Amino acid sequence: MSPTIYMTIYIPGDSGALALGAEKVAKATAKELAERGIAAKIVRNGSRGAYFLEPMVEVETTEGRRAYGPVKAADVKGLFDAGFLTGGQHRLALGDPEDIPFIAKQTRLTFARCGITDPVSLEDYEAHGGLDGLRKAVAMAPLDIVKQVTESGLRGRGGAGFPTGIKWKTVLDTTADRKYIVCNADEGDSATFADRMIMEGDPFVLIEGMTIAGIATGATKGFVYIRSEYPHAVATMNKAVEVARKAGVLGATVLGSPNAFDIEIRVGAGAYVCGEETSLLNSLEGKRGVVRAKPPLPAIQGLFGKPTVINNVISLASVPIIMDKGAVFYKDFGMGRSRGTIPIQIAGNVKHGGLFEIAFGLSLGEIVDEIGGGTRSGRPVKAVQVGGPLGAYFPRELFDTPFDYEEFAKRDGLIGHAGITVFDDTADMLKQARFAMEFCAIESCGKCTPCRIGSTRGMEVIDRLAAGIEPEKSLALVTDLCNTMKFGSLCALGGFTPYPVMSAITHFPEDFKPAPARVAAE
Amino acid sequence: MSLQPASTEIAARTAAVISTMKDLEGPLLPILHGVQEEFGYVPQEALLVIADALNLSRAEVHGVATFYHDYRKQPAGRHVLKLCQAEACQSMGSDAIAAKVKQALGIGFHETARDNSVTLEPVYCLGLCACAPSAMLDGQVIGRLDDEAIDEIVAEVRR
Ligand SMILES: Cc1cc2nc3c(=O)[nH]c(=O)nc-3n(C[C@H](O)[C@H](O)[C@H](O)COP(=O)(O)O)c2cc1C
Ligand code: SF4
Ligand code: FES
Ligand code: FES
Repeated sequence: MSPTIYMTIYIPGDSGALALGAEKVAKATAKELAERGIAAKIVRNGSRGAYFLEPMVEVETTEGRRAYGPVKAADVKGLFDAGFLTGGQHRLALGDPEDIPFIAKQTRLTFARCGITDPVSLEDYEAHGGLDGLRKAVAMAPLDIVKQVTESGLRGRGGAGFPTGIKWKTVLDTTADRKYIVCNADEGDSATFADRMIMEGDPFVLIEGMTIAGIATGATKGFVYIRSEYPHAVATMNKAVEVARKAGVLGATVLGSPNAFDIEIRVGAGAYVCGEETSLLNSLEGKRGVVRAKPPLPAIQGLFGKPTVINNVISLASVPIIMDKGAVFYKDFGMGRSRGTIPIQIAGNVKHGGLFEIAFGLSLGEIVDEIGGGTRSGRPVKAVQVGGPLGAYFPRELFDTPFDYEEFAKRDGLIGHAGITVFDDTADMLKQARFAMEFCAIESCGKCTPCRIGSTRGMEVIDRLAAGIEPEKSLALVTDLCNTMKFGSLCALGGFTPYPVMSAITHFPEDFKPAPARVAAE
Repeated sequence: MSLQPASTEIAARTAAVISTMKDLEGPLLPILHGVQEEFGYVPQEALLVIADALNLSRAEVHGVATFYHDYRKQPAGRHVLKLCQAEACQSMGSDAIAAKVKQALGIGFHETARDNSVTLEPVYCLGLCACAPSAMLDGQVIGRLDDEAIDEIVAEVRR
């Protein structure tokens, strides 16, 4: 007897798609299927990251997958009438999803499966190359795994860009009765959602990467610390860990090897500073999320005082492909000392917002104007903030900056976790500078005076500036304050808040001039 | 010392939460999350029970509970509405959205409506930055907020 062939419909369960109505679309689709007596399977896939097309529904046809989007619940009946299950014509038809320019132009290594597979199906994962990296790793000596990751040139994607292999080497070289792998999934930066997309759309790749890290360093326990603002990611990760345990990917004998490794999912409690690695470790230990002084490095004395690898989600999720395809394959992408690919997150006031994975080296202008398509409002781009709330504001004059750690540093900026927020010409850069100070004041862990008090003072001085009170003196005071924060803070919250503030002042001086109109309005 | 009946009940329910989690490595945050899920907030009485069970001082547990934005000292309204106020949402007019919502609900951030229908809170990024401005209503995500969406949210919390 031949098995019943079900048609497959993909409707993303990614929270970005849900925020745009994917749940209603799924319900409407299930209802239509029932009413029409059609046997079809609905898979809740992740997102391919083209959020301007979400909810993007895909169907499996004899010619391959066909996409439709953005779909509203009210469009579903019409899609059935148009025969979309077999790729029928409809005004929302997008053709082969792989041919959509935003998707076709990417180099998807880390996100190879995201949006394509069923996130919690291990079979689907393996059918698309999953576990190939781990299979190679279990047959290797730990030092060889560490060498391969080092040679790939992979640098931490959480912001600081520290070479991942070197961090792992320190943990491998430190003897202890217990070691940990901690995945930093606190993703607090505005304009970033790459970690969320992986956890919701391809959780096994993170599990695989953490397990490889465990084998490479001799760690047997992993924690994923996910921010509480991501309930969907928490749910998917928990489910995936459960599946991986049942299948023997996690547990006492990883894939039947003598290596033991298990993972626990932990949820944060709404503190931005807990994304800082030592604060995160304190939080995991059940303490206040206060930043620790370094040394000791977490690699030597980390979680519960034990040697600990702490890496960002994307750093860890990039490891399986490096193990599978080799260090040279990965290293061949990119420029300078920025090797491999980077998932750029294009957000804010932008026409084609979403996640775009590509080799390092694209210019900021190409990203914003060509890939992003300019602003959503249709007005001119005034500024883009790169690297989240601690990242600099870039004016159009600096749009030739290539996306590369060192090139951004040269221009007093940072790529951080690779989020870009686009602002149109209605943006008030003084207001943005004030917000940077305000955010620092709200989220400061309180340990250093320049960060805790300086940020509040900064807000006050910018308010005086806005009111036109002693503008020159106020401006000098802000600059002074920024210097104190930059050099007198223990971590990058206090230390980098000057980036958005000073870049706004430097590149958009007109917004900081006393404007009679502004004074009058207040 | 004679405990109030209400306190006895809080203590018992807290102890039940603790018993499922105290063997975790670093159990304090999971327990506080569990307690908040159980009561809708973290009652003072619960802190004492937690401190006892984990062999910590009450001050330590209090210090942790107050460090994090998530843990509530008082119960929230029936609904919790979080409006994203971070940069990507700012670029799409989150300020104006917040002003409209505050006016429609008659409350500001960190306040609960007098009829207890809703608590309004700012949030700094929901990871929905390509669908800004965004919000979360009782764990349900909402993107590209506009006037129509605000009307729906207001109707929903008043229901
Ligand atoms: C205030 C602050 C917030 C941070 N937030 C995050 C975060 O949300 N996610 C992250 O991976 N790294 C964050 N970092 C960077 C971490 O401290 C650390 O560099 C990173 O987790 C190391 O992993 P990686 O080498 O894989 O990037 C933050 C740093 C600071 C100072
Ligand atoms: S700079 Fe701010 S957040 Fe960082 S350790 Fe100092 S007070 Fe804490
Ligand atoms: S602790 Fe006082 S300045 Fe850092
Ligand atoms: S900035 Fe609002 S969702 Fe990220």
